[in-house]
Amino acid sequence: MTVTPLRTHPSLDHLDALESQAMFILREVAAECERPVLLFSGGKDSAVLLHLAVKAFSPQRLPFPVMHVDTGQNFPEVLGFRDRTVERLGARLVVASVQDSIDKGRVVDPGPLGSRNRLQSVTLLDAITDHGFDAAFGGARRDEDKARAKERILSFRNSFGQWDPRAQRPELWQLYQGRVNHGEHLRAFPLSDWTELDVWQYIEREHMELPSIYFAHRREVLRRDSMWLAVGPHVVPREGEATEWKTVRFRTVGDANCTGAVESSADTLAAIVHEVSTANVSERGATRADDRFSETAMEDRKREGYF
Amino acid sequence: MGVTTMDLLRLATIGSVDDGKSTLIGRLLVDTRQLFDDQLDAVVHASQKRGVGDLDLSFVTDGLRAEREQGITIDVAYRYAATPTRKFIIADCPGHVQYTRNMATGASTADLALVVVDVSHGLKEQTRRHLVIAALLGVRSLVVAVNKMDSVNWSPTAYQGVVDEVDTIAAELGFSSHLCVPVSALYGDNVVDLSSESPWYDGPTVLAALEAADAGVWESASAARLPIQWVLRQDGGGRTYAGMMNGGTLSVGDTLTLLPAGVTTTVTSIRSGTGERDDAVAGLSVDVALAEDTDAGRGDLLAIAPLPRVTREIDATICWFGDAPLEAGHRLRVKHTTRTTPARVASLDGVIDIGTLNVEATNELSTNEIGLARLTTADALAVDDYRDNRVTGSFVLIDEVTNATVAAGMVGRASFLA
Repeated sequence: MTVTPLRTHPSLDHLDALESQAMFILREVAAECERPVLLFSGGKDSAVLLHLAVKAFSPQRLPFPVMHVDTGQNFPEVLGFRDRTVERLGARLVVASVQDSIDKGRVVDPGPLGSRNRLQSVTLLDAITDHGFDAAFGGARRDEDKARAKERILSFRNSFGQWDPRAQRPELWQLYQGRVNHGEHLRAFPLSDWTELDVWQYIEREHMELPSIYFAHRREVLRRDSMWLAVGPHVVPREGEATEWKTVRFRTVGDANCTGAVESSADTLAAIVHEVSTANVSERGATRADDRFSETAMEDRKREGYF
Repeated sequence: MGVTTMDLLRLATIGSVDDGKSTLIGRLLVDTRQLFDDQLDAVVHASQKRGVGDLDLSFVTDGLRAEREQGITIDVAYRYAATPTRKFIIADCPGHVQYTRNMATGASTADLALVVVDVSHGLKEQTRRHLVIAALLGVRSLVVAVNKMDSVNWSPTAYQGVVDEVDTIAAELGFSSHLCVPVSALYGDNVVDLSSESPWYDGPTVLAALEAADAGVWESASAARLPIQWVLRQDGGGRTYAGMMNGGTLSVGDTLTLLPAGVTTTVTSIRSGTGERDDAVAGLSVDVALAEDTDAGRGDLLAIAPLPRVTREIDATICWFGDAPLEAGHRLRVKHTTRTTPARVASLDGVIDIGTLNVEATNELSTNEIGLARLTTADALAVDDYRDNRVTGSFVLIDEVTNATVAAGMVGRASFLA
């Protein structure tokens, strides 16, 4: 048996390596596709994605627009951050609205307090068709979910916007191959290999701004589906539900009515990095009602065209 | 946790169905506390629902509906683990023959292969095939988990039998390092924690072996190469050339040759995501400014001597994934670094028998076969031998009609082929 003495090779710090890979993917897709778009929700992952895109093309302006699929059920702090960021970068913002899809009869209105999460897929696919986008950058990570763990970095979608997990393009080396025929498109995930902790370490290293709801603050919440939901226009106490004030923060940011807050005193980036590195519950498990329907909830939504 | 000391190791898994590969990965994740409580609960729940016991760790990595129903792994699953000194990107590759292309996908970016072998069965045919694919794809190091040691009462003799087999194939395929570890993935012995069951074993655990292995050493076999992805217009009129470094280190002041044009120039500045710097190592995305005004653009290559070969004829090893067989005369597109150009198969020079490593004459390559071919390309490409540079030595072939990726190609041929 041979035991080769293992030597230390000068290699990149993991954040430099992840940053470089993401910049490479952003440049590659921008070069190969005719009309890319970057999906920007104002959440931490898409904020990192946009930050990397700015780096990849600096000092030029972003060579593609950013798009927000707006459910109309967002946290106001997140919309404010979205608008400030787009303004600061001089980026072109496209807003695709779920309300418009409801008004046009493309999807059924779930009512003022119902979840619009699943309706986003229709709005997103319609916007991709209407604008003729052939590639959409997203901030999804493979550590988020077991279906995402199997998705390619450049994920091919047929003319119906569907993902077929059994017929994915082989993706070898760094040879990202972005050719599609008319009507088909790609989803490109430059943060595929990042974990939640990598994202927070990077945000801290880069001194990035984020929506204030990621940091610990006092808020009126109520307990529903084993989660703390923020009381507001989209979450109204039902009979028998008591509200209380707690010090909380959000680990993920989605719709106000399906994103739970976690009890936390982490009010700085350093404190959040520490909290995430010692967490016992995954970010989606802790905070997202939309992933709790079944073992394959994410796979099912992805097949329909979800992010 | 010290961020600054953490680097990144990419590994691919190899193992036949039922040897316990997914269980080993599951065990690595559980014992390094990469799995959160709710994810572990979900695994317990799924295991009980399918009547496979309390905790089937393979459910950690088998994520798709069909995989859980059939108890097999269909596609490469990427998993992430970290210790204070290293982040691991684990490409968990399927063991079934019909998904050989996924083995190639996982191995193409791997620094190391983590092999799982059932001690009672030894190296199975499927595992041998995947070791050959990994070797062809340039993986140079192996960590071999000799699994299910509990089923042979931790017999050192049974373990040694597998070690001998591994020694033989590692020498045959030219792996530069390999290390065997006796484990029970099911019970966690010698995976993350050293076991009391194997007092006769004085080597590292699987995790310790992975932590000590060389990361990214591959990239440095040739001199510096920078395939140009994008030309950035700078404020004030200048231009810089953006791309990801590979091969050796590039420093400000270095003499570069722009290929295929053959123009010589000097690097005047290097910028990365973190700002201006004096030099850049493989894997870093940079943009560089040049002393001379050139018409360099996407698809061109900046290289330090010894230079790659500029050619329209490439002898290569081809892994064919297309549904219809590949034949001489076939037209395709080749994507090599950042350049895509039409190509034709000038000749098919043989198919590799993965069992014997013999190259046999053939008229076609079927799906999942690996062969040797000569390609003629429309544009000239600047290529290195794959064994010298994994970036400038590799390409994919693209179907002109469907745009599907139908083959992986490596310039030159492995020395172990007969």
